[in-house]
Amino acid sequence: MVTARHTAWIPHAVLIAGLVLVLLPIYVAFVASSHGLPDILEAPMTLVPGTRLVANFAEALCAGTAKTSGEPVTAMLFNSLVMALVIAIGKIVISLPSAYAVVFFRFPLRRLCFWAIFVTLMLPVEVRIIPTYKIAADLSLIDTYAGLTLPLIASATATLLFRQFFLTIPDELVEAAKIDGAGPWRFLVEMVIPLSRTNIAALFVILFIYGWNQYLWPLLITNSPGMTTIVIGIRQMIGNGDTQTEWQIVMATALLAIMPPIAVVLLMQRWFVRGLIDPEK
Amino acid sequence: MERRVIFPGWVCPALLLTPQLGVTIVFFFWPAAQAVLQSVRGGDAFGLATRFVGADNFAALFADPDYLASFAVTAIFSAAVALLALAPGLLLAVMADRVVRGAAFYKTVLLLPYAIAPAIAGVLWMFLFNPSIGVLAAALRALGVDWNYLLDGGQAMALVILAAAWKQVSYNFLFFLAGLQAIPPSLIEAAAIDGASPHRRFWAIIFPLLAPTSFFLLIVNMVYAFFDTFGVIQNVTQGGPAKATEILVYKVWYDGIVGLDLGGSAAQSVVLMAIVIGLTAIQFRFIESRVHYA
Repeated sequence: MVTARHTAWIPHAVLIAGLVLVLLPIYVAFVASSHGLPDILEAPMTLVPGTRLVANFAEALCAGTAKTSGEPVTAMLFNSLVMALVIAIGKIVISLPSAYAVVFFRFPLRRLCFWAIFVTLMLPVEVRIIPTYKIAADLSLIDTYAGLTLPLIASATATLLFRQFFLTIPDELVEAAKIDGAGPWRFLVEMVIPLSRTNIAALFVILFIYGWNQYLWPLLITNSPGMTTIVIGIRQMIGNGDTQTEWQIVMATALLAIMPPIAVVLLMQRWFVRGLIDPEK
Repeated sequence: MERRVIFPGWVCPALLLTPQLGVTIVFFFWPAAQAVLQSVRGGDAFGLATRFVGADNFAALFADPDYLASFAVTAIFSAAVALLALAPGLLLAVMADRVVRGAAFYKTVLLLPYAIAPAIAGVLWMFLFNPSIGVLAAALRALGVDWNYLLDGGQAMALVILAAAWKQVSYNFLFFLAGLQAIPPSLIEAAAIDGASPHRRFWAIIFPLLAPTSFFLLIVNMVYAFFDTFGVIQNVTQGGPAKATEILVYKVWYDGIVGLDLGGSAAQSVVLMAIVIGLTAIQFRFIESRVHYA
C-alpha cells in the first residue's frame, strides 16, 4: 500500500471524528440515564455521568413511566426478544428447506415456486399494511405472538442466500452421498445443514436485528400495552407537551432497546460481516 | 445455474416448500391482491357496501395536493438520506482502509449503529436536538440559530434526515470497505509510480472501481429511506409540523389506520408497490450483471 508518511495522521483524525458522531448520541443518552430529571432539565445539560444510573434503570425495568400506565420495560424487552428470536429462527427454519427443495430437486412448477418466493422481496410490510392487518384480524392474530411474527417470517432474502450457497456444494458430494445410500433427508441433515453453519450464524445476526428493530407491524398488530415491544413502547413514554417527559427513564429505555442487538452484533461480528458482504454467501 | 446431480421425486420437495409457500400465500399474495382489489373499489357514504370505481382512487390520489406534497417530501428525504449516508460511509471506509493500527477497533465502533433501530436512532437524536433541553440545540442557539424543529418544517426535515442517515452509515461503510479491500494494491502502486497524487489515485482509479458497489448501495439506501424510516418519522415528528415530514409510507399508514380511508390507502399501497418493484428490478439486474462479469 502506498502511503505518505507526513499525512498518516489524517485517516486517524477522520475516523476519530466518525467515532465521535457514532458515540455522541449514545453517550449523551447514557449521561441522561444516570441523572435525576432536574439535572437534565437544567439547560445546558451536564455531560458528566451522575449517580442515579442503577436507580433509573431499575425504575425503567420494573415500573416504566407514568405515561405508559406504569408498563414496565421488562415486559417490552421480553416481547421484543420473543419477536426477534421467533422471526430469526423461523425464517431460517422455513427458508433452508425451501431453498434445498428448489436446488436439489426437479419437480413440476419448480420455477414458479422459486419466483413466488423471490417476488416477496418486492412486497415489504409497508406496502400491504392494511390488507395484511385485515387478514391477521380475521385469523384472530391481534395481540398474539403468532400475529407479531408469522406475517414477517416468509423471507425471500434467506431463501436466496441459502440457494446461492447450495449451488456451490460440489456435485461429487451429492453423488457420493447417493452411492452410499443416503436419501434426500439424510443428506440434508447430515451434510447440508452442518455445511451451512457459517451461513446460518450470519443470517441469524442479520435477521435478529431485523426482527428486533421492526416498527410498523408491531405498531399495528398490538393493541394491549402488555404486548408492546420496546422499540414502539418508547414512543408512549415521550410526552406531548402536556406532561413533563421523564427523560432519564426514556434514555435508560433507549439504551436497553439498543443493547441486545448490539450485543448480538459484537459477539458474532466475524460471521455477521462475512454473511452481509461476501458475495459467495 | 442448475445442479447436475439431483434427488428424484416430488413429494419430498413439496413437503419442504409447504411452510414457506404457505406463509407467503397467506401473508404476501393474499394481502397484496387485496390491496390491488381494494384500490379500484370505493365505499358508499355509510361504509356498508363497496363498488368498482376503476381508477377513481388513483385519480383522486394524484389530484390531491397533500399526496403530491408527500411525494415531494419523500423525494427530498430519500435523496438526502442516501447522500448523507453514502458520502460519510465512503469517506470513513477510505480512511479505515489506510490505517493499520486500531483498524479493528474503528471498524467495530463504526458498525454499532447498524444494530440500532431507526426508531431508537430517532429518539436519541431527538433528545440531542430537543428545543428546550437538547445539548446540540443549545449549541445551535449559542451559534445564533433559532432552533425549534417542532415549529420549523425545514428543521424538522433536517433532524429526521440526520437520524435516518446516521443509522445507515454503518452499512455503507462496511460495503465500501469490502469494495476497497477487493481492489488489487498493484493498481494503486502502479499509479503512484506513474506519479499520480493520492487525490488523483482516488478519483481516477479507486472511485470508478467502486462504482458497482456505490450503485448497489444507492438502491439499498433509497429502499431504506422509503420504507424503513417510518419509525423515525413516527417517533420524532409524526409527519409534522404541518405535514413537512410526511413521507409516503407514513401517509399510507395515517390515511388507512388513522383516517380509515381504505380505498385511498390501498391505492397508495399499490403506488408504493410499483416503486419498490421498480427499485428491486433495477437492483436485481445489477446483481445479475455483476455475477456474470465478476
